[in-house]
Amino acid sequence: MASGRRNRARRGGHAPVIVELGAFALVLAFVLAVLQTGMSVAGRIRRSPVLAGAADGAAIAGAVAVAVAFAALIAAFVASDFSVANVAANSHTDKPMLYKVAAAWGSHESSLLLWCLVLTGFGALLARARNLPFGLKTCAVAVQGLLGVMFLAFALFTSNPFARLDPAPVQGASLNPLLQDPALAFHPPLLYCGYVGFSVCFSLAVAALIEGRANSSFWPAWGRWVRPWALASWAFLTVGITLGSFWAYYELGWGGWWFWDPVENASFLPWLAGTALLHSAVVTERRGTLASWTTFLALLAFSFSMLGAFLVRSGVLTSVHAFAVDPERGLMLLAILGVSSGAAFALFAWRAPQLKGGGMFAPVSREGALVLNNVFLTASCATVLLGTLYPLILEAANGAAISVGPPYFALTFVPLMAAALLILPAGPMLAWKRGDFKGVGQRLTLAAGLAILIALMGWMAFEPKKALSAAGIGLGAWLILGTLAEVAERLRLFRAPLAESLRRARSLPLGAWGTTLAHAGLGVFVLGAVVETGYRIEVARALAPGQTLEAGKWAVRLDSVRVVEGPNYLAEQGRLTVTLRDGGAPRPVTAERRFFPAGGQTTTEVGLDFRGLDDVYVVLGERGRTDAGAPGWNVRVWWNPWARLIFLGPMIMALGGLVSLLDRRLRLGVGKREPAA
Amino acid sequence: MKRTLLIAAASFGLIAAEPLSAPDRPLPDAAQEARAQALFDDIRCVVCQHEAIADSPATIASDLRGLVRDEIRAGLSDAEIKAGLVRRYGDFVLFTPPMRAGTWLLWFGPLAILLAVGGGLLAMTLRRRVETVALSAEEEARLADILAAQEVRRDPDAKPSDD
Repeated sequence: MASGRRNRARRGGHAPVIVELGAFALVLAFVLAVLQTGMSVAGRIRRSPVLAGAADGAAIAGAVAVAVAFAALIAAFVASDFSVANVAANSHTDKPMLYKVAAAWGSHESSLLLWCLVLTGFGALLARARNLPFGLKTCAVAVQGLLGVMFLAFALFTSNPFARLDPAPVQGASLNPLLQDPALAFHPPLLYCGYVGFSVCFSLAVAALIEGRANSSFWPAWGRWVRPWALASWAFLTVGITLGSFWAYYELGWGGWWFWDPVENASFLPWLAGTALLHSAVVTERRGTLASWTTFLALLAFSFSMLGAFLVRSGVLTSVHAFAVDPERGLMLLAILGVSSGAAFALFAWRAPQLKGGGMFAPVSREGALVLNNVFLTASCATVLLGTLYPLILEAANGAAISVGPPYFALTFVPLMAAALLILPAGPMLAWKRGDFKGVGQRLTLAAGLAILIALMGWMAFEPKKALSAAGIGLGAWLILGTLAEVAERLRLFRAPLAESLRRARSLPLGAWGTTLAHAGLGVFVLGAVVETGYRIEVARALAPGQTLEAGKWAVRLDSVRVVEGPNYLAEQGRLTVTLRDGGAPRPVTAERRFFPAGGQTTTEVGLDFRGLDDVYVVLGERGRTDAGAPGWNVRVWWNPWARLIFLGPMIMALGGLVSLLDRRLRLGVGKREPAA
Repeated sequence: MKRTLLIAAASFGLIAAEPLSAPDRPLPDAAQEARAQALFDDIRCVVCQHEAIADSPATIASDLRGLVRDEIRAGLSDAEIKAGLVRRYGDFVLFTPPMRAGTWLLWFGPLAILLAVGGGLLAMTLRRRVETVALSAEEEARLADILAAQEVRRDPDAKPSDD
């Protein structure tokens, strides 16, 4: 087997054609993006459907070319072709196949190619959309092409993933073992679909600023066109961030799932802006109002995606001084961000005042609630931005080094969000234009009463007693119950015969079910986040085999530790048994410390015992001495109550996005607006 | 392959055998230990990327945990312990940024943004109200009729497709 692996490596080194083909396809994609931009601009000016059609063709061909390039890169990784610098730096013949493939998006160069693939892929979908008016679509395809030109040029000229090494090394340096994990193998593609999906919203917003007219039927239609793209990107981003968080939870071995790390914040910013966009686009679609605000958010969401790419890739985040490590790439990305966002927001400042108009609404109305949602989401988004960038700004301004960490966000972001969540259940119950506050209050009384009761029960049930955590439990319950109350109201559940309710359930549009799922999922997440953060228990001690550690109601016994051999690592594997302290329910769990010789790195493999909604989270540390002085291992154990909900909630939210996307009123290419609903 | 593994095994042995690190010894008093744990979450491991000393496996984090426990045992208050750390490592060492002239924007920025956006919204609503005041009494009456009629139709049950 070992010799087989080696042969394959050698064969790969002698099959350079595929790599050359990839490099060629990348150049071709760049040329096609230039053509796409030029032809759609010319097509728009001359009002020529032929030119515009050719631009669409170039967009589709460009996506195919990038796909070919990406496939060639994956082939190079699969074949372990170490004559490609990128493969040599990030792969190794001993690595399992999944991670050879996943390494194709593990480095700066190749993940940038993935970015370009998603960008041109969404661009091709946009080019195929049939229901957009000529001017708007041509402009949007031109903008999307321009983004493609910039990012493909960036890839080609500063970060070519196909750059060669001569002589080729015999063995690669392997992928960072922390990244060799299933959750992280799928995390970047999903995350990028979210980040870069917002580029279509960006292009449509720029196109609308150029083509849009005030006080026309244009804006409701535009809101309708932009919503599916925003929804799809948002759902992808939700799953991507959740997978990343789950990876951090069980791969880093720190017991936490969100650290307010600048890199995490960089992915959270487009999510918050995208969430605001989703809600404001609904108002624009239904009422033709908030048009300029929705456009602004569409520009903002993708700008935050690009800002995130800049922050993460330039090295500016870990330390201001790290910027000098790769100034060329950092400055290029900053230039792309500055040019595209700068131009777009300048256009916005010029055109938005001319686009005023749309329907009026009373403060207490669906529109009013959605505006309030946007106020809070924008403020919390600005808070995250401020907290992420402030240390950089301060250090640049007067050299003072500060840290902005979890306590800051707990004092600023969390109250803002809590306020937003408090009013959330009322939103979907309010009528458009002019709502009835009293009626909504009456319909939510039961949910509110139950939520308060649950908060009290939470206060009694969990030790130590924490008023804020109990209030958080109430808030989570309020979200779920309030959302369910809204559905029950619509279905006339328990008030009409069951058959009648079922009939109503069938006729309820998928979009409404999607909203319900997303809001209830948020409630599920809040419950998990609050209980895990408020009541987790952590203990650490050095244990000799046979000794036991107690964490809350759980007892964890270290049974044995042995050395095991993985495909590309060696590990100390601890076998432990988790039991309830007052007896019963023993369950084995294994935790490892893995050593990867290829990179000389050590990682921890957390042992997770799933107990209902709770996790018993076990980390095997270094060798140490027990209290009695005997040799043993440092074992850390967390009891993370309700941790399951933290990852389940966002998945329900993303499912809600998917369900909404299936609503035929939202589907792309589905012709006309249905008669007034 | 076999040789790689042998080398790996040897180096692994080295790594595994080397540190017999002293584990953290929690303070005997539970309340004091709880204070220590809360402090650990706010103190940054100064050599790590973005980790609290509660999480970090680095030696300095372990040393700092020991220091904090010692100081708690010696009867220092949380504020005194934090002040001591800031004297030694600068503001950087705390995850809670300091409150001083240079960070007012950081601390009050969120509230300012909320007030600005909310205030702008209120101004817009008030302006609109002024616009509606311009209606004549007769128009107001008609409007009330229309709204009343809408009140009936607006029943959510009547329009299940209204999302």
